[in-house]
Amino acid sequence: MSLQVEDLKIYYQTLRGDVKALDGVTFSIRDGEIMGLAGESGCGKTTLGYGLIHLTPPKKYMGGCVRLDGEELPIWDNDRMNPFRYKRVSIIPQYAMSAMNPTRKIGKMASELLSAKGVVFETILPELLRRLDLVDLSSDVLNMYPIELSGGMKQRMVMVLSTLLNPSLLVADEITSALDVSTQQAVAEMLVEFRDRDFVKSMVVVTHDISILYQIADSILVMYAGKLAEKASTGTIINSPRHPYTKLLISSLPKVGVRYAEQKLKGIPGNPPMLLNPPVGCRFRDRCPFAFKKCIEEPPFIEVEPGHFVACWKELD
Amino acid sequence: MRRYIGRKILIYGLTFFLAVSIDWLIPRFMPGDPIANMLARASVNSTAAQVMHEYYTHVFGLDLPIWQQYLNFWNSLFHGDLGRSVYMFPTPVVDVLSRAVPYDMFLLLPSILLSWYAGNHFGAFAARSKWLDNTVSPIGYILTATPYMWLGIVLAWFFGIVLDQFPIAGAYSFSLRPNLSWPFILDVLHHWFLPFASLFLVGFGGWAIGMRNMIIYELEADYSRYLEALGAPKNLIRKYAFQNGILPQITGLALQLGVIVAGALVTEVVFSYPGIGYLLLAAIQNQDYFLIQGCFLFIIIGVLLANFIIDIAYVIVDPRTRRGMTGESA
Amino acid sequence: MMERLKKYEFLYFALRNTKLRVGLLIIFFFVLLAIVGPLITKYDPFAYVNPLGPQPPSAKYWFGTTFFGQDVFTQFVLGLRATFLVAVVGGGLGTFIGLLIGFVAGYRGGIIDEILNMFTNIVLVIPTLAVLLIVAAYLEVRSVFIECIFIGLTAWPWVARAVRAQTFSLRTREFVDLARMSGMNPLKIIFTEIAPNMMSYLVLTFILQFGGAILIAATLDFIGLGPTNAISLGVMMQYAVMWGALLLGMWWWFIPPGLGITAIVGALYVMNVGLDEVFNPKLREM
Repeated sequence: MSLQVEDLKIYYQTLRGDVKALDGVTFSIRDGEIMGLAGESGCGKTTLGYGLIHLTPPKKYMGGCVRLDGEELPIWDNDRMNPFRYKRVSIIPQYAMSAMNPTRKIGKMASELLSAKGVVFETILPELLRRLDLVDLSSDVLNMYPIELSGGMKQRMVMVLSTLLNPSLLVADEITSALDVSTQQAVAEMLVEFRDRDFVKSMVVVTHDISILYQIADSILVMYAGKLAEKASTGTIINSPRHPYTKLLISSLPKVGVRYAEQKLKGIPGNPPMLLNPPVGCRFRDRCPFAFKKCIEEPPFIEVEPGHFVACWKELD
Repeated sequence: MRRYIGRKILIYGLTFFLAVSIDWLIPRFMPGDPIANMLARASVNSTAAQVMHEYYTHVFGLDLPIWQQYLNFWNSLFHGDLGRSVYMFPTPVVDVLSRAVPYDMFLLLPSILLSWYAGNHFGAFAARSKWLDNTVSPIGYILTATPYMWLGIVLAWFFGIVLDQFPIAGAYSFSLRPNLSWPFILDVLHHWFLPFASLFLVGFGGWAIGMRNMIIYELEADYSRYLEALGAPKNLIRKYAFQNGILPQITGLALQLGVIVAGALVTEVVFSYPGIGYLLLAAIQNQDYFLIQGCFLFIIIGVLLANFIIDIAYVIVDPRTRRGMTGESA
Repeated sequence: MMERLKKYEFLYFALRNTKLRVGLLIIFFFVLLAIVGPLITKYDPFAYVNPLGPQPPSAKYWFGTTFFGQDVFTQFVLGLRATFLVAVVGGGLGTFIGLLIGFVAGYRGGIIDEILNMFTNIVLVIPTLAVLLIVAAYLEVRSVFIECIFIGLTAWPWVARAVRAQTFSLRTREFVDLARMSGMNPLKIIFTEIAPNMMSYLVLTFILQFGGAILIAATLDFIGLGPTNAISLGVMMQYAVMWGALLLGMWWWFIPPGLGITAIVGALYVMNVGLDEVFNPKLREM
């Protein structure tokens, strides 16, 4: 499968005007690729993640095109998107812990959901049990209520549920944020396993935690203030980033073995701009140590090396 | 779950104890001599008053020490002896009450159950779209804001007097004797309809509004969003929202019982419908001490029983309580 | 002006919200009527001013006259005053007691909470009207004030319950922990940290109490357990029914009081919903 996004714009309608949360992003994902989507809070990554599958008010589709396996996804039309949801595109939400109906046994809810999507529960049950086993959940969970499961168990249950119909594209939204470190690792590895076993073709893993992406992602897309900053393979992003924002981001990560008595943890001073009236030109301009006068013009997102895209004037010289 | 039920029983037991004690206490701590008061207001002539005073003092056991009076009270209560009515002397209070209870049940049970059922479904229906909500909700607000007796008055006046379609007093025509013939049954229904409608409408409004709010809340919950994101059809999401939203409505029913009883009371007054409410008013107007106490006791027992039944119903309906996790704090 | 108001997002939404506006308008209208009405009427509510007895509305008697020839309009506007008084005092008392109990139960937790909770549940279950009937039946003379006390003493459980739940959830929030750790005394914490965050909730609760008090008072008055020598909307309805207004078709006697109550309480409920939308952005219609 492949995902192509062209100039996608999604704004938030607010009282004071439209917040340009996603302001024209273009990228593509290959078949079998796990792409990490990284950036600060408010950079637009969640808007992008959700926008691909569930665009509801106050989010508003403003333009652009999304193509899944060559077919256009009608993301602006809630009804027309329904046949795609779950079967072609699926999502593991950030609120996975509370994503299941609290007054329904999990198995019952699953069977009702699948029947409603036109899937006969009996036929898919063996596969469901196999997958539960894969993520280390006993088949008893189908007979339990969500409240009887721990956080990690609920997370895994939702993972299995969301991928049960083998979607082409899976969006995983901050699925490790609420977990402890060792569970994070387990969950992240499960994602890769799903891809390797062909349960899911491609993934967009939305997170602010780059260390997880380092573990599992093939490529990383860095976003800033509603625009794309850099996209490259994981190795490249971590070891040889080219966009100043990415560089600062990577360097601000703690490194194993380094004592911070000697070296201060560097953050990135300043704040991202308000997206109600975003600044003209490059949005990172105000915080960028390398900004120069060309930055008043918006830099294009250009492939500077095969598979490596950057939006920065300095890198284009 | 046992803990939940056990807790409830404790509360109801305590409540019953407290309520009965209040019932017993009040006349004894009111200023003045309750019997003399009673007799004075009933304006009985002096020789009769003297005899009655002695009789009642003895009957009340007011010549006994207080603690013994209290125990005697409980004792006679458990023997089903609630004294004799003054207003309908010498009929025992229990008999007077048991004649009124069927009418109350006939009025209350259908109106409570139907208004709850219809109101909840209607409210859920209204929550389907903004347009529906805005056109339909105001009706609910107006109905629930209407005082019970006023709606009764208006219905009685409009349908009973102006249109002359319904009778507005009594449970059946004064010219008929109770029997199981069709004309009588129809007549009873004819008399029953307006008071029933009055109770039904006000309750309906309240439940509709309540359910609408619950549904909106449920539709915004995470599980609803998840199902939407997975492309589940709207009716599945609505079904879940309804099933989850109805739970607080069940406990709400228990909480509303006091209000409903009050509403039934005034409705009976408007329509001279011979239920306990009507009886209570007559008792008050006639200073019939025993009857007042008896009515109160009956009402309290009824409410506690209803509460208990509703609590059981809740346990059956909310699966979480059975697993030992209370969905609703006791 | 709207532009400047946008800074105060809350006020902006408040004034823009139709439900709030309509509700407030209706309430203001009746408050005005309650204040001004008695001043412009020249009759005494209980005086038998119309020698012809009951008459429908006319230029002389705007709402007509009762069975005894008393002016209905005068009774109505004075009744409005009594109604508002009871709502404010009775509802206020109920809210106050409920607040106190709810805060303490929610904040302290533990055994105090258990006891208070059980107490609240008991009072909740007892049908208040039945208790009030018994008590009121034994008091020979009753004033509006006594009625307010009655209402306050029986209406508080609802508030207590709600306040307790909210306090519970707020209590475990970080800023409260901070205050507690810095040694602030508990009462001060309740008033300066928890209460402001519940302000919106409290306002909504008070409005509901207000409406509820009106209805309870009307019911009590109707059965004859209201103030013994004052006029209120419920008392008007009581007299109307007692003196055959129904059978004689004197609609002008019983329609206005009930309509007034319905309008006021309905306006309060609608206002409540509007206010809820203002406080809770998720409910707003965009």
